[in-house]
Amino acid sequence: MTERTEHVTCTFCGCLCDDITVEHEDGRISSVSRACPNGRAHFLDYAPAPHLPRIRGEEASWEEALAEATRILNAARSPLLYGLSSASTEAIRKAVSLADRLGAFVDSTSSVCHGPTGLAMQAVGEPTCTLGEVRSRADLLLFWGCNPAASHPRHFARYSTTAKGRFVPEGRKGRTVIFVDVRLTPGARSADLFLRVDPGCDFEVLTTLRALVREKPLREQEGVCLGGVSLGVLRDVATRLKSCRYGVAFMGMGLTMTRGRDVNVAELFRLVAELNTYTRFSVIPMRGHGNVTGADQVLTWQSGFPFAVSYARGYPRYGPGEFTAVDLLRRGDADAALILASDPAAHFPSRAAARLASIPTVVLDPEESLTARGATVWLPTGKAGIDVPGSAYRMDGVPLRLRPFLAPRRPSDEEILGRLLEEVAP
Amino acid sequence: MIRIRGGRVVDPANGVDGEVRDLWIREGRIVAPPPEPVPDVEVLDAEGMVVLPGGVDLHSHVAGGKENLGRKLRPEDHREHVRPREGSLRSGSGFTVPSTFLSGYLYAEMGYTTVMEAASAPLFARHAQEELEDLPMVDKGLFITLGNNHFVLEYLARGEEELLRNYVAWLLRATGAYAAKVVNPGGVENWKWGRNVSSLDEEVLSFGVTPRKILSGLAESVRKLGLPHPLHVHGINLGQTRSAGTTVDTAKTLDGLGGHLCHLQFLSYEEASEGSSLFRSAASRVATALEATTLSLDVGQIVFGGATTMTSDGPLEYALHRLTGAKWINDDVEGEGGGGVLPLSYDRRSRLSAEQWITGLELFLLLRDPWRLALTTDHPNGGPFFCYPQIMRLLMDRSYREEVIATLPPKVRSGALLPSLDREYSLSEIAVITRAAPARILGLRNKGHLGIGADADVALYDQVFTDGTPCRCAKYPSCRRALSRVRHLVKGGEVVIRDGKIVKEVSGRRLCVIPPFDESLEPRLRKQFSETYSVAFENYALEEGEFPHREVVPCSKT
Repeated sequence: MTERTEHVTCTFCGCLCDDITVEHEDGRISSVSRACPNGRAHFLDYAPAPHLPRIRGEEASWEEALAEATRILNAARSPLLYGLSSASTEAIRKAVSLADRLGAFVDSTSSVCHGPTGLAMQAVGEPTCTLGEVRSRADLLLFWGCNPAASHPRHFARYSTTAKGRFVPEGRKGRTVIFVDVRLTPGARSADLFLRVDPGCDFEVLTTLRALVREKPLREQEGVCLGGVSLGVLRDVATRLKSCRYGVAFMGMGLTMTRGRDVNVAELFRLVAELNTYTRFSVIPMRGHGNVTGADQVLTWQSGFPFAVSYARGYPRYGPGEFTAVDLLRRGDADAALILASDPAAHFPSRAAARLASIPTVVLDPEESLTARGATVWLPTGKAGIDVPGSAYRMDGVPLRLRPFLAPRRPSDEEILGRLLEEVAP
Repeated sequence: MIRIRGGRVVDPANGVDGEVRDLWIREGRIVAPPPEPVPDVEVLDAEGMVVLPGGVDLHSHVAGGKENLGRKLRPEDHREHVRPREGSLRSGSGFTVPSTFLSGYLYAEMGYTTVMEAASAPLFARHAQEELEDLPMVDKGLFITLGNNHFVLEYLARGEEELLRNYVAWLLRATGAYAAKVVNPGGVENWKWGRNVSSLDEEVLSFGVTPRKILSGLAESVRKLGLPHPLHVHGINLGQTRSAGTTVDTAKTLDGLGGHLCHLQFLSYEEASEGSSLFRSAASRVATALEATTLSLDVGQIVFGGATTMTSDGPLEYALHRLTGAKWINDDVEGEGGGGVLPLSYDRRSRLSAEQWITGLELFLLLRDPWRLALTTDHPNGGPFFCYPQIMRLLMDRSYREEVIATLPPKVRSGALLPSLDREYSLSEIAVITRAAPARILGLRNKGHLGIGADADVALYDQVFTDGTPCRCAKYPSCRRALSRVRHLVKGGEVVIRDGKIVKEVSGRRLCVIPPFDESLEPRLRKQFSETYSVAFENYALEEGEFPHREVVPCSKT
């Protein structure tokens, strides 16, 4: 018999759309409505059937696999816990406890994504708002170095450009949309204004824009790089930014992972803060993974720091560039790894991935990812919000409950990490 | 069964002031001495110790969205303030904004066993509850902010009192909260258009209500629901020269309806001289006005040194950012309010800081009735909570107070009332403002005292420190410094600190209220919900049983 569950939350990306309807039959998902292509795949590609763990590629019992995982973690002198961002908040809480107990390094996918955004926030602060405020109030939207049409497909309709809100009842007509990017992305095509910036020149454009907002006398000079944008266009943008009623900037990896990184982001955050002298302005980083914001949150409330934490001395230390997973692995520092809900073997630079392949790894993942395939121990777990419960944080920090609609047939990450926490040597 | 033997018990709620007596504990409660000898009694020798009820902090920012933004914002606050993991206890870091486990341990070591998280937007309640789950050692509760909530503003504008009351009840249940709070009523909504409110009769943009109407409407709802704690009020104009005037006005508006005015120090300033942008203490004016009402308050004393300001008062944090240039976080929350975070330091050489310090102490010393008063620093706004013992000493020891006053800028000192106040708090009065009064103000009948049936939260302090040095102020009743760290602590009937060391981590209970509401509200809310929120109505409320260790505190019938 087909059952229907409404108001399901999709954890594919940081939008956490919570209006999905799912139909399921005999413990399998048969149809998904309202979700974007990414979200549909998130639900439809998941096979919730029980699966045995694997030790070095061979099927093993859960007891054997947990014993092997415990042995690996106990034998390690300098283990790394990495990933977190697609796991539930409860699982992340357990993972950070485990890192504390083991004296491990712990890092989330933030470090290869919006880590620089965190550094910028720590440098200059961050005026922000929730996505519902964007929908209700924003009459100007500035997208910088992000491509929501591909990464957060429902962002436009649910929260930003075309959404209708209390103080913007006319929707898209009531909002000015500006895109800044190195190429014309699908979202940028429908913008009111598109600024093509030369690759690697975001900082120059941002700093000029700040100067124009503050009405510093500037004039075009031969040979001075403005990142491919003319001063006239930037003057127009500065005027629009200052004269809107409630502006919101969204930024992505076009700022965090190009030349300048946190310095780019800090310049944008400064610009946004300064715009509050003239009007109201906020910024929201376009966080990727479903609960990457939760990974930042839990690490921060348990250790004080959002990512790149070392418990090696028995207390938390913060070291972006030092305790970040890629840097650790490239230096050959970690001698074992527990990977939770992420696929670094597929995404890390080759030297880091090679090091990861050379050390014993324990992988908790619902899917047999590339990392899981190469793992010493793969523990196939359930997916929060489908067959196990949990909670997650949206990109704007709004926490949502993930209710399972299928009967659990796999253990949750939380359960497995809880077992490991009991088993590892204190 | 536990017997606490031979301590000097200070339990002002039961009129006990330093008498040597035994306490008996069974199943988490204080019980009468057994008539006949019982086997298996664990004896805690309290000879030479002062025995107090566990401390109760009724206003502290320890868990939730803003607190965590503060932690994330300030790695520089944590680097030199760390605690290593010990056995099964967790490691942690942070000075003004300690990590959650560390906060729990620090509270317990100071002898505190109950803490209220003072503000969360309802939309972020799940976050606050998740952090409270990781805040061990203390019983805890959550206040939710309602003063800029769109539904509240609309119901008030239309005069739908019953609907408002139902909504408040529904929201408290939906968020697992303990009390209702307002923060800068109307001002935060206006801030979303770059404005604020400066008087109780200024209009809230596009809602047609005033701060006065929000205050009286919500206070009335809370009273009629019979919530154990009255409306918790962070007024308008906080930190500004005109704040004393609006505070007096607020007190008059709330008199008869009930209310608790929080961190009042920050709201008791007036112009230093006509037209001056500098402020001075208006504590005596505020104290006089309050004594004419039945309202309670906590002080929000500042402590010289580092602090992290965090509040749901968004425009205030922006004003501080303009003033200091420090890194600034703002967070506007859809349909509910907002907030901000900003690092700040209180310097005794600064006129501004010195005035604030004086204002707080004057409030403490001028208000004659300690039963309406609670000791707070509005942690971490005025300074970290573990500085409470320093404030206790300032209140108990006039000579120490004078020493500090002498270090303040002469201009501030000369005009102030404080140097002429010679009142000294007794240990019993300290027990009132840190235990009995906050528990009574919160409506927690089993907390803050050691009578039969009370929760067995008991703090035992040495009058001689464990390293052999006697407390400098020597002996009871003038014992002052010993209150900084417990020798033993009993929490919920279990010994959790023994000889100054945490021997057991307990999770503590989650205090909440479940006021009754009319179920017919839900369809109506559901209809309005999507206009205000970007999350579904079905996904907004906490699930039944989402958080364990719940204790429901009853509401009184009206």
